[in-house]
Amino acid sequence: MSGSVMTREFVIPANDFAAAGEASSSVKRMLVQLGVDPLIVKKTAISMYEAEMNAVIHADGGKALLEIDSEKILIKIQDQGPGIPDLDKAMEEGYSTAPDEIREQGFGAGMGLPNMKRYSDKLDIKTEVGKGTTVEITIFLKQA
Amino acid sequence: MKVREIIDILDAEILTGEENLDMEIKSACGADLMSDVMAYVKENVVLLTGLVNPQVIRTAEMMDISVVVFVRGKRPEKNIISLAEEAGMTILTTKHPMFIACGKLYSKGLQGRGVWD
Repeated sequence: MSGSVMTREFVIPANDFAAAGEASSSVKRMLVQLGVDPLIVKKTAISMYEAEMNAVIHADGGKALLEIDSEKILIKIQDQGPGIPDLDKAMEEGYSTAPDEIREQGFGAGMGLPNMKRYSDKLDIKTEVGKGTTVEITIFLKQA
Repeated sequence: MKVREIIDILDAEILTGEENLDMEIKSACGADLMSDVMAYVKENVVLLTGLVNPQVIRTAEMMDISVVVFVRGKRPEKNIISLAEEAGMTILTTKHPMFIACGKLYSKGLQGRGVWD
């Protein structure tokens, strides 16, 4: 099982709302090429895209790491942004700290983290105020 | 309902993606909030939106949504259309506002909705 790990790293550029989502788009194409089940591709793409958008909106970008082995897809989105002061609150649907200009762009509805939770099989968030946030999304290749 | 019927019902103009005209659409989503779109999973969806930016196309791409209708006569810029082209999407624009556009499609039988969980 080991030895078949595939990894990729992507930069999530700061302050570039128009380009945001390129990493998720690349990963989605890669998974399609690898022949991953379409529902699993969709779950991965949506979770990663929400996390990528969060890094752009709240943290001046960061980086995305992708790791695929025979059992799972693991995506780590790391940023050095402000961190999340109240993670329980942030997990609630509709709660958002995004500024108005982000809301005008169709984001900041307080659905990002809830959507990640909805679509990922495992969601791990490590966050420290003033230091940054790492979101780990796991999607199993064999769905129960 | 086929994409060409949607064009007819909405009196819409096609900006790219003529190859999808015979694609069968089973449900619709009308939203300006992209995270709301992503909370909604269903196959063969048309997205109606008043929001015009590249993230609309990105969101549709992640959701496997192949048809996007911009309402109230909004026309996306070239870079947005190119992004859609790359993803093999069909982009339409209609003069009708959101409520009327959704209502017209609904009354013609496009009533499928997504599942939230």
